Amino acid sequence: MKDNDIKRLLYTHLLCIFSIILSVFIPSLFLENFSILETHLTWLCICSGFVTAVNLVLYLVVKPNTSSKRSSLSHKVTRFLKCCIYFLMSCFSFHVIFVLYGAPLIELALETFLFAVILSTFTTVPCLCLLGPNLKAWLRVFSRNGVTSIWENSLQITTISSFVGAWLGALPIPLDWERPWQVWPISCTLGATFGYVAGLVISPLWIYWNRKQLTYKNN
Amino acid sequence: MRLGSGTFATCCVAIEVLGIAVFLRGFFPAPVRSSARAEHGAEPPAPEPSAGVSSNWTTLPPPLFSKVVIVLIDALRDDFVFGSKGVKFMPYTTYLVEKGASHSFVAEAKPPTVTMPRIKALMTGSLPGFVDVIRNLNSPALLEDSVIRQAKAAGKRIVFYGDETWVKLFPKHFVEYDGTTSFFVSDYTEVDNNVTRHLDKVLKRGDWDILILHYLGLDHIGHISGPNSPLIGQKLSEMDSVLMKIHTSLQSKERETPLPNLLVLCGDHGMSETGSHGASSTEEVNTPLILISSAFERKPGDIRHPKHVQQTDVAATLAIALGLPIPKDSVGSLLFPVVEGRPMREQLRFLHLNTVQLSKLLQENVPSYEKDPGFEQFKMSERLHGNWIRLYLEEKHSEVLFNLGSKVLRQYLDALKTLSLSLSAQVAQYDIYSMMVGTVVVLEVLTLLLLSVPQALRRKAELEVPLSSPGFSLLFYLVILVLSAVHVIVCTSAESSCYFCGLSWLAAGGVMVLASALLCVTVSVLTNVLVGGNTPRKNPVHPSSRWSELDLLILLGTAGHVLSLGASSFVEEEHQTWYFLVNTLCLALSQETYRNYFLGDDGEPPCGLCVEQGHDGATAAWQDGPGCDVLERDKGHGSPSTSEVLRGREKWMVLASPWLILACCRLLRSLNQTGVQWAHRPDLGHWLTSSDHKAELSVLAALSLLIVFVLVQRGCSPVSKAALALGLLGVYCYRAAIGSVRFPWRPDSKDISKGIIEARFVYVFVLGILFTGTKDLLKSQVIAADFKLKTVGLWEIYSGLVLLAALLFRPHNLPVLAFSLLIQTLMTKFIWKPLRHDAAEITVMHYWFGQAFFYFQGNSNNIATVDISAGFVGLDTYVEIPAVLLTAFGTYAGPVLWASHLVHFLSSETRSGSALSHACFCYALICSIPVSTYIVLVTSLRYHLFIWSVFSPKLLYEGMHLLITAAVCVFFTAMDQTRLTQS
Repeated sequence: MKDNDIKRLLYTHLLCIFSIILSVFIPSLFLENFSILETHLTWLCICSGFVTAVNLVLYLVVKPNTSSKRSSLSHKVTRFLKCCIYFLMSCFSFHVIFVLYGAPLIELALETFLFAVILSTFTTVPCLCLLGPNLKAWLRVFSRNGVTSIWENSLQITTISSFVGAWLGALPIPLDWERPWQVWPISCTLGATFGYVAGLVISPLWIYWNRKQLTYKNN
Repeated sequence: MRLGSGTFATCCVAIEVLGIAVFLRGFFPAPVRSSARAEHGAEPPAPEPSAGVSSNWTTLPPPLFSKVVIVLIDALRDDFVFGSKGVKFMPYTTYLVEKGASHSFVAEAKPPTVTMPRIKALMTGSLPGFVDVIRNLNSPALLEDSVIRQAKAAGKRIVFYGDETWVKLFPKHFVEYDGTTSFFVSDYTEVDNNVTRHLDKVLKRGDWDILILHYLGLDHIGHISGPNSPLIGQKLSEMDSVLMKIHTSLQSKERETPLPNLLVLCGDHGMSETGSHGASSTEEVNTPLILISSAFERKPGDIRHPKHVQQTDVAATLAIALGLPIPKDSVGSLLFPVVEGRPMREQLRFLHLNTVQLSKLLQENVPSYEKDPGFEQFKMSERLHGNWIRLYLEEKHSEVLFNLGSKVLRQYLDALKTLSLSLSAQVAQYDIYSMMVGTVVVLEVLTLLLLSVPQALRRKAELEVPLSSPGFSLLFYLVILVLSAVHVIVCTSAESSCYFCGLSWLAAGGVMVLASALLCVTVSVLTNVLVGGNTPRKNPVHPSSRWSELDLLILLGTAGHVLSLGASSFVEEEHQTWYFLVNTLCLALSQETYRNYFLGDDGEPPCGLCVEQGHDGATAAWQDGPGCDVLERDKGHGSPSTSEVLRGREKWMVLASPWLILACCRLLRSLNQTGVQWAHRPDLGHWLTSSDHKAELSVLAALSLLIVFVLVQRGCSPVSKAALALGLLGVYCYRAAIGSVRFPWRPDSKDISKGIIEARFVYVFVLGILFTGTKDLLKSQVIAADFKLKTVGLWEIYSGLVLLAALLFRPHNLPVLAFSLLIQTLMTKFIWKPLRHDAAEITVMHYWFGQAFFYFQGNSNNIATVDISAGFVGLDTYVEIPAVLLTAFGTYAGPVLWASHLVHFLSSETRSGSALSHACFCYALICSIPVSTYIVLVTSLRYHLFIWSVFSPKLLYEGMHLLITAAVCVFFTAMDQTRLTQS
């Protein structure tokens, strides 16, 4: 059962990684002059769309949360709307944090906001898919020993590695190499993407490695 | 011997300061300069040497040229004139170089290839070392002897048009000038038209002796579009026409005057392939130097490869050409072709004057000057010269005289070359031996500090320092022997002068004993630790004493900052590092508060095994902490510790305070743009200081002072409250008096004074408050019962420092002070007290915030941002000691204020007796880690391109910071002692 679960986790993660890779290559078939660095904003939108779509599809197909809650249509709709609001809120709060970290307030606001969007895509969207708009559950998952399944565990790891990636991505900005990817916010978005991918790769491996020690409360 | 950890740390920092001082002395060689200052007037020129017969020529030789025009084109690279560009765009100059009566050279500029040091080098002939920047901090004017100064003293009339730097360097030296600023780099036509527009008038007038033109346009083009831009060609053609105009005008004037005129075309530095300058690449260093005069021989044939000379040679040559004494600090040698056409006696006389000047300089700067080959050659040629004079005076016009003369000439030229070289070498070499000694001492101290961390941070805050062990150990004596042997070997074989060898034997021996004693102590502490590590721990690591994410952040942040010092960009933009770290710290604190208040937190070991800790590096960083039964444990019925005490409004304040602090930091960050890459961005500080926004600045300053008063007064006694209020009023009056802010009832008063009275009024209150604070501290120590009195005393000392900072800060920086107090209050009330951080964490947070505020003030790792005006507050003239102290305090106000707040905070918290010792130890450690790593880095990077422009200023800042840290640690220890005597 457990190995089976880990295998499913691995496949879903591979699909996520694949969607990111697709977002790099597919647009160049349709759009001229597409490249990650030069048309960065387009790529950000596409990538965020791809990742969101894959996450949603995976959520609907795999259904890791085997909650047996009855769900009427209206319930589903409010749930979905709530999710959208949460997503927007997380985008705005990330934007505020970036500004507090020193991103320019007025110029490059679109760039900063899209960075917030992509970071939300990597962090908030999986949370919303898995846990729903339920703040208490979020707090539980992100406290030290609150995880109750490997899905939540991998969620923890990918989220944190995306944050750390974005954080580390800011480091090369002051260097005077004058590379195109040092421009705000490219290094940070790339850092976040690499962090997310790294989290996707690491978490199944880490869970597999520690599968003996991991026991989850069944509740 | 048992020592308190505070005392131990203070001793360590004191020794480190010594080590750094030795290192700095080795790293920054003392500049070569004459001890006779320029102010002391001219000494009589050296008479002609003579053997037996006394010479009749003791005065200075007369000038060779009547008028001199110096055309200095900024960033003129040698190939712009001598290369293909020159042939294409500067036809007239090329004609002069190839066919005309001229001498052309390639003058090598020494790094830093920046305009101001280069102007200094051209006019004084000395090599402006890095130390000169510090020496001349108090006045931008050049204090050294220069051609300009000598010309003014000789009554020459000098006219100057061009870069404003000259006007600043030589104030009141020009009879007429028009300075253009080099501020707007994007402008490259207007700057030069501003120079050229005077040209016709001044050339026609001819009532001057020296005309200096400094054209900036070429440099600006280089900065905008590099050396291959088409704009360069246009600019060169323009310069060529300017040169042609001057040359024809000078030639037409020549018939009226008995002496010929001289036209000098030179560049101050070159231009790299990207168009910038400052470093030492060949393109930046090589500049053309062309001397044009009808006195020179016309020589046929083209010269594609001119002779390489030094830029410093220009000063000596100009002095000779104008009949002036050679500047005293000049290390250059006369460009001989200039005097080649003169009679033999004059030629020898000129060379003699130059060698005498150089050898004097050598005598004053090199202890063993007699052994210098240049000096020996000089003595020999002087003797020969004397013989020649005797023959000459005996009127022997013959072949013999000529032959001997040319032999003397050759001797002189050799001597000049050797002397000039050995003088230049004095400046350019690192004194590796002194640097090594300093590094060894500092690293030993650091190792000792690091090794004693576990011992020093124990509850008792005491540690065993095996001070007696060196006396008995064989190792100690062996190390001393080895060190002495090394010392003797190095010092006897050293070619260049070495500071450490120049020390007396006693001092050098003392340092060696210190180094070896430190080594022994370190070794014995190390063995203690290793032996202690083998015995089973009495106190096995408790699960709850795992590192929190905050500790991990602190550790990683410190390590990251230290590592970042190896990259020049990170040194330039160090403020970004600190802002980043402080922001992350705030976010981590916010996460901690959320965890505490939403999830509940108790120290119980986690129940219900969930994830085995130990493998998860990153996860632990973020997900450390609370127990697992989080959902059940709601806000209301959480643990009894903190969440119950703080409720309602206070709880929300706790949750919001990290965000408030973040917002404050963001505001402060946009107040002063510092660093290099983004320094030109518009910031609030510039907006406020522009004269249109005086009203806004006044309101802001008044508001900040009000906030300062409200936040500081709560801890003071009534007397100091009143003093503080008056003092802050005085600060505003002072700023109004010097005209940076204004009173609402006098919106546009024009009378601007130096504000001496107002500033001294404030000083009285500063001293008063500090005195009251000290009195309270002493009282609390004597009475030994009044804990409250001590807290008040400490707070008063702190508020005295705040008042002093308010006086010294520029008005647009007063919000920095207000926000710093605000953040301190917020942190104290809502973060440190409720969350119960331990002393080490609080210390590190204080240190980080102190560093961030250092940069919020507008400081950077560049010497130019030091606000020297702080040293003149309340002083009529420049008085060295108070000015230096005030400037240092004004610059380091951020770190000092945070440190003194730390002392007050920790001693007002009664919970742990040893908090102050712990804090002192941590403070010493966290300050000495960067500085010790940095000196190692700098030593390995000493041939880096940016060593002078980036790394050296940072080294000075680090040294100064360590000194300040030592003072802070002494203060800590003094406070700690009072505690000890009380208990």
